[in-house]
Amino acid sequence: MLNEADTEASPQRPAAAGEPEVLARREGGALAVALSGEWTTRTIGKVDAAMRALESETGISALTFDLAGISAMDTAGAWIVQRLAVHARIAGARVAIAGAGDSARTLLGAVETLAQKGEQAPVGRPRPAFLRMIEGLGRLSYRTRDQFFIAMHILGAAIRGSQLKIGRQRAVSPAAIVTQIERMGVGALPIVMLMSAIVGAIITQQSAFQLKNFAGELFTVDLVSVLVLRELGVLMTAIMMAGRTGSAITAEIGSMKMREEVDALTVMGLNPIGVLVFPRLIGMLVALPLLTVAAHAAAVGGGILMAWGYADIPPSVFIQRMHDWIDMTTISSGMFKAPFMAMIIAIIGSMEGLLVEGSAESLGRHVTATVVKSIFLVIVIDGFFAVFYGVIDF
Amino acid sequence: MVGTKTRTKANIALRGPAGEPILTVRDVTVAFGETTVLENLSLDVRRGEILGFVGASGSGKSVLLRTVLGLIKKRAGRITLFGVDLDRASEAEQFAIDTNKGVLFQHGALFSALTVLENIQLPMREYLDLPPALMNELARLKIDLVGLPQDAAVKMPYELSGGMIKRAALARALALDPAIVFLDEPTSGLDPIGAEEFDGLVAKLRDTMGLTVYMVTHDLDSLFSVCDRIAVLGQKRVLVEGTIEDMFACDDPWVQSYFRGKRARMIDGGAFGSRPGAAA
Repeated sequence: MLNEADTEASPQRPAAAGEPEVLARREGGALAVALSGEWTTRTIGKVDAAMRALESETGISALTFDLAGISAMDTAGAWIVQRLAVHARIAGARVAIAGAGDSARTLLGAVETLAQKGEQAPVGRPRPAFLRMIEGLGRLSYRTRDQFFIAMHILGAAIRGSQLKIGRQRAVSPAAIVTQIERMGVGALPIVMLMSAIVGAIITQQSAFQLKNFAGELFTVDLVSVLVLRELGVLMTAIMMAGRTGSAITAEIGSMKMREEVDALTVMGLNPIGVLVFPRLIGMLVALPLLTVAAHAAAVGGGILMAWGYADIPPSVFIQRMHDWIDMTTISSGMFKAPFMAMIIAIIGSMEGLLVEGSAESLGRHVTATVVKSIFLVIVIDGFFAVFYGVIDF
Repeated sequence: MVGTKTRTKANIALRGPAGEPILTVRDVTVAFGETTVLENLSLDVRRGEILGFVGASGSGKSVLLRTVLGLIKKRAGRITLFGVDLDRASEAEQFAIDTNKGVLFQHGALFSALTVLENIQLPMREYLDLPPALMNELARLKIDLVGLPQDAAVKMPYELSGGMIKRAALARALALDPAIVFLDEPTSGLDPIGAEEFDGLVAKLRDTMGLTVYMVTHDLDSLFSVCDRIAVLGQKRVLVEGTIEDMFACDDPWVQSYFRGKRARMIDGGAFGSRPGAAA
């Protein structure tokens, strides 16, 4: 921050007098530009256009600046003056700058080098829209392929890599796995059970309401128990875990990646996938099926209560009917899906975590991707299972 | 000069004769719970100078800096910046102060989601109404001023080396052409050559832009080469404040061992170490 007349201008000029002004006079080939007011970063927005317009003047042989009226100048003000000066000089004009104080001269000198480098082309010219669209499609395809390989690599390395600790007695640290199970499983238990109970109750209420039209309220029990045990229990649990734990896996591994902690593991000779991913994968593989059992219990419990209160089906009848109707196939067909979903969530979470780059934005993007991708894939794989079970008549 | 001003607009004393205090800290006490970190600390930073601020690790240098910046609340005392008491600044004055100070955080604190160019433009975008083309030019000018190559403009912060991060962060601190910049350990983590260049850069910018520089540093080279004055923090207050000669004249044991230790003697060739208190 500089002031041409330090002492006299102090303390301050009235604000209105600070406006920068350009007065240009053209006499034949000579252009005289008188500048006045305050030429600082805060004010020069007002004269930028005027100064740029002077650049388009043609046939100038001499350009004279008079800076005597300038009360304050900083690098931005100096830049605007120097930009015009250099432009005129390149166009072949003689340029003289008069009335500049010491500090203004210093500033003008400091910005001159960049002004002489000329206008830099704006980086990254935008391409036509349809080209960008095709490019985006191509990038998406390649990314999908790459990420599939990465996911497979992580799966393979987690299983194989955990055995590859040469010279150590234990391949995996049980403590790390137990910690993960505790955080993923026990921590999620209340919310998973609450959510399942509510979903169970809602399905019961809806189906009882519809089946009442056929006087078949009792079929509510069949409908709810099959739906919950085959599909919804495991699906809702997996979705909850994708949101709750999958995102946590990405955030944990991702922020370790950002702070080079993953690299620190590597140089210590530890396989980051074995150390970071494997315990989470195992933790998930244990926690998700157990949570699914709890979710089943809670959903059926919610269904029993709702059936009792809403459709006058007593719990004893509900349980008896369930006992007659539900066999091991129904339960195992639901439970069988849990480890697959667990694996999807853990692998996607770890993969996205390891793909995090240095920025906070990148972390956010990958956490979002984890949740979206794992929920999507969990639902897709649930659909595959439904078709598969239908074909093999399970 | 405060008395003569009308307070209708944000009349902050951005400019004035060099050498008068631009930042005054009076009897400031900062405590966290039971622990008092700073007690009745007073300090003046004069217009146009480069003040080096040193102190043992954990003595509260960063706490003072953060207190001056308003990031930590003080228990008692008064801080005046540009002639305005920070506790009693009107909204307009506070705004004017905010746009006229620049801060270089120790680790740069560049916004990781923005490119270097966007980082520098952020304060301009928020505070000023400038045409985009001009903002690009000004940001590139700042990049040039801090000695970064122009192709650094489009890089993301995590693609930069430590020295480049410091320079980019300095460019952002200078985006609005502030009157005072606060540098928190600007040369830490730089190699000696990079540190020396950075010191030279700070001195050059002070001369061209008329900056006042408040520099927290551990770097003896910086203290010897670019700082006009030095303040030493110890025992919760400023132990001694003055030129490098004053440091040698000071008989506080910590100051003595800091400025006359082996490392210090190597830097000034023993001239000061052997003649304590001698005027250079």
